[in-house]
Amino acid sequence: MNEPGPDLAVPVLALEGVSKSFGAVRALRSVSLSLYAGEAHALAGENGAGKSTLIKVLAGVHRPDEGAVLLDGSVVEFGGPAAARDAGVAVIYQEPTLFPDLSVAENIFMGRQPRRSFGRVDHRAVREAVAALFRRLGVAMDPERPARGLSIADQQLVEIAKALSFDARVLIMDEPTAALTGSEVARLFAVVRALREQGAAVLFISHRLSEVFELCQRVTTLRDGALVAAEPLAGLTEADLVRRMVGRTLDSLYPKQETEVGAVALDVSRLTREGVFTDVSFQVRSGEIVGLAGLVGAGRSEVARAVFGIDRFDAGQVAVGGRRLRPGSPSLAMAAGLALVPEDRRAQGLIMQMSVERNIGLADLKAATTAGFVSRRTERDRAVDWAAKLQVKYARLSDLVGTLSGGNQQKVVLAKWLATGPRVLIVDEPTRGIDVGTKAEVHRLLSQLAADGVAVLMISSDLPEILGMADRVLVMREGRIAAEISRADATEQTVVAAATGATAGSAR
Amino acid sequence: MADIAETADQSRDLRRRPLNGALRWDTVVGALLVVLLLISFSTVNGFGNALNLSFLIGNTLPVAAIALPMTMLVAGGEIDLSVGSTVGLSGAVMGALWNHGMNINEIIVICAVLGVACGLVNALLVTKLGLPSLAVTIGTMALYRGLAQVVLGSNSVTDFPQNYLDFGSGRLGGSFLPTAALPWLVLAAAAVVVLHATGFGRSVFAVGASAEAAWFAGVRVKRVKLSLFVATGLVSALTGVFWVLHYASATYNNATGLELSVVAAVLLGGVDFDGGRGTLGGAIAGVFLLGTLQNVMSLANVSAQSQTVVTGVLLTVSVLGPRVARQVFAASIYQPTRGKL
Repeated sequence: MNEPGPDLAVPVLALEGVSKSFGAVRALRSVSLSLYAGEAHALAGENGAGKSTLIKVLAGVHRPDEGAVLLDGSVVEFGGPAAARDAGVAVIYQEPTLFPDLSVAENIFMGRQPRRSFGRVDHRAVREAVAALFRRLGVAMDPERPARGLSIADQQLVEIAKALSFDARVLIMDEPTAALTGSEVARLFAVVRALREQGAAVLFISHRLSEVFELCQRVTTLRDGALVAAEPLAGLTEADLVRRMVGRTLDSLYPKQETEVGAVALDVSRLTREGVFTDVSFQVRSGEIVGLAGLVGAGRSEVARAVFGIDRFDAGQVAVGGRRLRPGSPSLAMAAGLALVPEDRRAQGLIMQMSVERNIGLADLKAATTAGFVSRRTERDRAVDWAAKLQVKYARLSDLVGTLSGGNQQKVVLAKWLATGPRVLIVDEPTRGIDVGTKAEVHRLLSQLAADGVAVLMISSDLPEILGMADRVLVMREGRIAAEISRADATEQTVVAAATGATAGSAR
Repeated sequence: MADIAETADQSRDLRRRPLNGALRWDTVVGALLVVLLLISFSTVNGFGNALNLSFLIGNTLPVAAIALPMTMLVAGGEIDLSVGSTVGLSGAVMGALWNHGMNINEIIVICAVLGVACGLVNALLVTKLGLPSLAVTIGTMALYRGLAQVVLGSNSVTDFPQNYLDFGSGRLGGSFLPTAALPWLVLAAAAVVVLHATGFGRSVFAVGASAEAAWFAGVRVKRVKLSLFVATGLVSALTGVFWVLHYASATYNNATGLELSVVAAVLLGGVDFDGGRGTLGGAIAGVFLLGTLQNVMSLANVSAQSQTVVTGVLLTVSVLGPRVARQVFAASIYQPTRGKL
């Protein structure tokens, strides 16, 4: 069923009939995969489909229960991550783990610095080796600068350089683009293409299907731990891929309903936080979904945080339903009917070491409280209710929320805020890092909320999401609202042009 | 390193694993206490008589009292090492004012206000200036002890009214319960309810587990922390009054080192040093486990040095115990350092 790879050779790295279970959960069922030199291979699948387990088998973290890992056609058993690394398999994670206080060069050669006499580190050799690596990658970065303060994109490049220093032949990239801007993605892809042309095999994972098509030649799709298809990407459409991942046709990824637009619910006027954003004014009416677009760093999340009271602001005002909010108080903002689903669900949206039910109940403890006492039964009933409404998949409500998949965690954050019955809902990157099926559910939910009269402000770096869901698009650039574009006029070109200040279409 | 980092969609594989190491640990400590008591009653001469039991409980009460707010504070992600000095300062002020001839009831009220002030100083340094409480309260530990010495010098005041001294060292009827155990029981019950059954209690755990996520959920993080520091200061000052009455002596160095006993007992009870986890039941069991052990060793004529060594070993184990129990699970839910540096 599989056609041979581009150079008709033996795969550099392959899995054959690999199964892996964790207790009763069968994470992988007889999955095969072949990675060829000079080829970028995509791994597609929803959250929980088994992608991460597969990567960990390749990286030597997990040992397969059945099946085999093949390196250059012969069976190998990686005793651990170090063995896989020495065999030339490198993994780049979404969020790299560098030592912030060490220099870039020291990070790359951590633990194996070239030595001079008396065991002193040969700094010059390190510097030259790193400079050579960066030249090969076409990256301009000072090897001597500390890792602290590097953007996630730059950190990933450092990780890639580190992988190269180990002579990696297989580069596995687990959602590397999730936190990257358009131009950073382009730079990363240029590096990956160069490596591929130098003969590396690449395994690429991304929830952004357009990136999969842009970078990769072949795709392997997993669903519920089993192999669905392994095929060339040429000739496939995004819809084909989605169907393979989800197992059904999604009616629509952007189920936007026409709604009755009502009174102004959120009125932000001349909001300024020095050095962060300036003179930001906009309104969101009930029943309306307003998209807030812009490049990462344009100040979108910062405005949302200030509106909700997380951060203070220097000038301007925020009113909800005509009532002016006191700055710097989330609890008062909530009392006025505001809700914020934050950007970083693990650090801001959820308390990872608390149970699902307590997380759902946390923003609206009052609802389960009588005379100061929290009723566990009411709390549980409400959690059951909201989890069902949002179709959260969980084993037990008393399980820690950290045990849920990313998409389900996001649903818990939404449940937590919807339980407060907001009249204004701000969602910051509501579908980042979640799979396409859950994404469609979240969109349907936002659409339904707007239809029920909630005013929705949606921050997103996912342009199709903005275009598909928003009634109006606000575009921020360098801390200011650069443009307001109606649904009719909003296209990829107009939004990108406003976000970059360039003439249309030059950002990606 | 990054090798064992995991992404979100992996975590569903862990769904079935038991995770609540702290809850199990506090049960373990409770069971240990019961076992120790049973052994002591049946094998240690002189342990079971009412007088000894009242000594045991009476001498443990200061730690037991301060452990209540300390448990909340640690569960809330903070710590207060100035409690021993607050006990000392409260006692010193009590002695000095008594020497001045002030009414004893007024003195007690002043001590309570003083405790609130001590807690408030800690709270404001932590919440307003954003300093770590460990550092702040090491500073105020020295400060409050120094103030105690300024207030009372090297004097020792002992001539407090007899009925007050009786409260400090007397027993309820002929029973084994010290009189002062009654207010403690009321306080403990209130603390359990507040921490484990109210919205405020939920907020405490939320703040301790993740102050950022709690703030995003509308919890008034600073207010929660401030209340906990103030409660700790207040209880410490009242304990200072009890200490003076119980030992019939007000000196500037009352309760030196008490903070370590309190913190140790709280950690022994399974309260997570990093915040977000723990139970008052566990902490109270930890307090009485240590108290009983010391009492038994004294009865068995174990030398003071050996007692210290045994207690030290137990404390080390206690700090390690819940950690190790949790690490067994933590190994499987390792989360990578966040990408932002």
